[in-house]
Amino acid sequence: MVQAFYEAPAYHLILEGILILWIIRLLFSKTYKLHETYKLTEKEKEDLIEEWQPDPLVPPISKDHPSLNYDVVTGPPSHKIIINGKECINFASFNFLGLLDNERVKQKALASLKKYGVGTCGPRGFYGTFDVHLELESRLAKFMKTEEAIIYSYGFATIASAIPAYSKRGDIIFVDEAACFSIQKGLQASRSFIKYFKHNDMEDLERLLKEQELEDQKNPRKARVTRKFIVVEGLYINTADVCPLPELVKLKYKYKVRIFLEESMSFGVLGEHGRGVTEHFGVNIDDIDLISANMENAVASIGGFCCGRSFVIDHQRLSGQGYCFSASLPPMLAAAAIEALNIMEEDPGTKCCSVHSNLTPGLRLVGVPFAPALHLQLDRSSGSRDSDMQLLRNIVDYCMQRQVALTLARYLEKEERFLPPPRYVNVGGNHASWVGCSQRFQSDPWDELAKCKNSTVKAVELIVVAVPHTDQYDLQSNNNSRRTDKKE
Amino acid sequence: MRERHDQSHAYDGKANCIMPIQGGQHHGGLYKRPFVESFEETPMLVAVLTYMGYGILTIFGYLRDFLRQWKIERCHIAREKEEQRDFVPLYQDFENFYTRNLYMRIRDNWNRPICSVPGAKMDLMERASHDYNWTFEYTGRVVHDVINLGSYNYLGFAENTGPCAESAAEVTVKYGVGVASSRQEIGNLDRHEEMEKLVAKFLGVESAMAFGMGFATNSMNIPALTGKGCLILSDELNHASLVLGARLSGSIIRVFKHNNMQSLEKLLREAIVHGQPRTHRPWKKILIVVEGIYSMEGSIVRLPEVIALKKHYRAYLYLDEAHSIGALGPRGRGVVDYFGLDPCDVDVMMGTFTKSFGAAGGYIAGKRLIEYLRSHSHSAVYATSMSPPVVEQIITSMKCIMGEDGTTIGCERVRRLAENTVYFRKRLREMGFIIYGNKDSPVVPMMLYMPAKIGAFGREMLKRNIGVVVVGFPATPIIESRARFCISASHSRELLDKVLGAICEVGDVLQLKYSRHRIQPSLVRPFDDSVYEDIDD
Repeated sequence: MVQAFYEAPAYHLILEGILILWIIRLLFSKTYKLHETYKLTEKEKEDLIEEWQPDPLVPPISKDHPSLNYDVVTGPPSHKIIINGKECINFASFNFLGLLDNERVKQKALASLKKYGVGTCGPRGFYGTFDVHLELESRLAKFMKTEEAIIYSYGFATIASAIPAYSKRGDIIFVDEAACFSIQKGLQASRSFIKYFKHNDMEDLERLLKEQELEDQKNPRKARVTRKFIVVEGLYINTADVCPLPELVKLKYKYKVRIFLEESMSFGVLGEHGRGVTEHFGVNIDDIDLISANMENAVASIGGFCCGRSFVIDHQRLSGQGYCFSASLPPMLAAAAIEALNIMEEDPGTKCCSVHSNLTPGLRLVGVPFAPALHLQLDRSSGSRDSDMQLLRNIVDYCMQRQVALTLARYLEKEERFLPPPRYVNVGGNHASWVGCSQRFQSDPWDELAKCKNSTVKAVELIVVAVPHTDQYDLQSNNNSRRTDKKE
Repeated sequence: MRERHDQSHAYDGKANCIMPIQGGQHHGGLYKRPFVESFEETPMLVAVLTYMGYGILTIFGYLRDFLRQWKIERCHIAREKEEQRDFVPLYQDFENFYTRNLYMRIRDNWNRPICSVPGAKMDLMERASHDYNWTFEYTGRVVHDVINLGSYNYLGFAENTGPCAESAAEVTVKYGVGVASSRQEIGNLDRHEEMEKLVAKFLGVESAMAFGMGFATNSMNIPALTGKGCLILSDELNHASLVLGARLSGSIIRVFKHNNMQSLEKLLREAIVHGQPRTHRPWKKILIVVEGIYSMEGSIVRLPEVIALKKHYRAYLYLDEAHSIGALGPRGRGVVDYFGLDPCDVDVMMGTFTKSFGAAGGYIAGKRLIEYLRSHSHSAVYATSMSPPVVEQIITSMKCIMGEDGTTIGCERVRRLAENTVYFRKRLREMGFIIYGNKDSPVVPMMLYMPAKIGAFGREMLKRNIGVVVVGFPATPIIESRARFCISASHSRELLDKVLGAICEVGDVLQLKYSRHRIQPSLVRPFDDSVYEDIDD
């Protein structure tokens, strides 16, 4: 070996020496560092910051955006309403029982105002609980024949807070496609797994439940902690359909799913005593886990409530966000709601009269005949949502000029999960149910009733007249006439 | 009683302000008045004892749960319906461990029902519990004239007499209490329009929009402003409604340390430099969300610095003035007025009417913003508009603060609130209590620390006919339980002296005078690393 070393030529040795050194270098040299080249210098960072241009906070809105300029109502929004200075018969507010301008309700509210002032200046936990709140809660529970009720200070926040109080990440909610916007917000806040079933389609719901059952059998450990809920509306605000509650209750026990029922449109309207869908179908109210409704439609006050068994409802007192973290309902509004409940209890009377038969070609009334909000929709769409909306808007304007206030159902088109069909005029059934309440409250009920019937017919006639007119209606001139109306 | 020297706490904002890493300006110069904020460190012994207290409570909790399980102790909890026993439990039993074993013991300190105006003094309904707070029974008696340190009645507009109540009554007679329609349909009353114009004028901005609930104002409008591809930088102590709104928006949320401008700047720089996670696309927009006064800490946002940062990094600023509007600033215009800044520098001004104005609801105000909200806010489309008498209360009280009613009552109230606040905070500190927050903040948190003292303090104060708010976990970090006083312009000096006397007495009995009299630089408040986002309102 040593011999070989001496015999080897010098160039060979040098070459080998270099090779060895090269190998050592390769072994010990640091590997090529990727991140070093990516690391930005302070200068580069500054440039990036300088370069960044954010979008405007809100996109610009054109001045004539259809939902930008609100109609201004002067005076109370009761049976007669003054919209943009024009007196109309009100077919557009959800004042189903006509309690909005009821003298007894007003007097109670005034008495409460004299005692408590307006605001509560605190959430329920911190001296924001008034004796009136406790009274209203027990009255609501008694009215609905449930163990307990809880009130919220804002109708929209009621179901939107109630859903995430129970349903958490990982839980499953089965929900009707036509569910209203506040339910959708509740679902979103819960961060649960949402499964939509076709509107009022119990077969579709059962299919989803079966699918889930199979899934559960595969993973029983997970299934033991996954809560399941069905969220439906009693009377859908978007379609005026009633949910098939008896079938839902059957499915509930079959698949062990809890039912949350949103009754804002049906509370005070459906059922013999106005207890809503459960009474309408004769379903035992204990079979529904949670019922939520707002007190802004039939009750004609502000706020909302949830009712059910104490086991369910009490949980919201610490975990309902809209309950814990928000100021409580002004006592005068609670007092008004109590008086409204008194009136509803004293005389349950008829709730609605049907105007279904009176409609004619061009427009179609959808939903169940006893719905207090009448939804009119175009028989055939012109093809685009925008032009349909414009046509309906023209009908509304036409009626408004003839002193009948209707309203277009408003939606945030980009926000809705399933946008309701574009062809809706939503006629709040104030009028129709006003017939019911006038029977109860006016001194000369038949007179009032006759007057109402007349105006119903008048409204329907107007719509009928409006349809052919608006077909050829020059949009431009209509807009102009509207503007001049406003100036006056 | 130990004597304290107040000046040891006072220092000027200049000395303690941090130089921004890049901005190059000296931010101390941004403050026109000294910015004094203190968060005295928790004494070590107290912290250890507090943890021990929770430990003992937990052990006893388990013991009692065990007894309940074997039916040795009676169980009062509402039970699931028989037919639904085999359903997945609606809420897990262990989730309620805290409620069952800790909260239940001192539950009588919350939800105390009142039966009068929530003014400087209020009447409480007396209630008794024969089963250790599981159920309450109303005795039918009324505890009269309890001094109210709990309601957010900063300017004393919770009144049942006077111009506000009178005009609200008139409106009730004319309009009724409900509206039964949304703003976009036919629930837009002339009163609403008038109020919104007034709010805009009051705040000194272009336009404003009002909503029926303060909580929903945040949770329903943040999603209208930001969405996917946007970044929300949120203070760790932001209110639950802001947190919910940010979540609903679908934006990415990053949390910075409470009122810590270094933390905020670091997040801003990183966000802009690195862009969105994974895709590295630049952010569409960045929204900084802060509150004016933090209702649990009593701290005031470092608004001049936030605005400087926001301008430098081109972010947008969402300022929630729920507690500060009306309650801060020489003219009662909130935190912007307090620092003497231009309201136009704040992109989104949000506030509530519940507190200083004695009404209900919230507003959003700003430049070029309202038109968009009027057409795109969830609330305008789907929620019922505000009740007319509530709107009237806002109009009348706001006009009073602005002096538009021809009197100086409003001005005086704003001034009296500021005086009361400074006086009350100064006296408490002199007594040796640990008080958190800014010297000008009418929200005064006083540290109790130990869980047993939460209940004891609330009850002892009620014995002396004073109603206070006490809060513990989860509204605060676990060891930082506290009592909170809300000062009002309607409190007279004698009333405050009476309260201070009582607090001093109770403080001696319960040994609450923890303060060790140390100088605390403002920014090194002891952070506990766990981020707790949901502070109670």
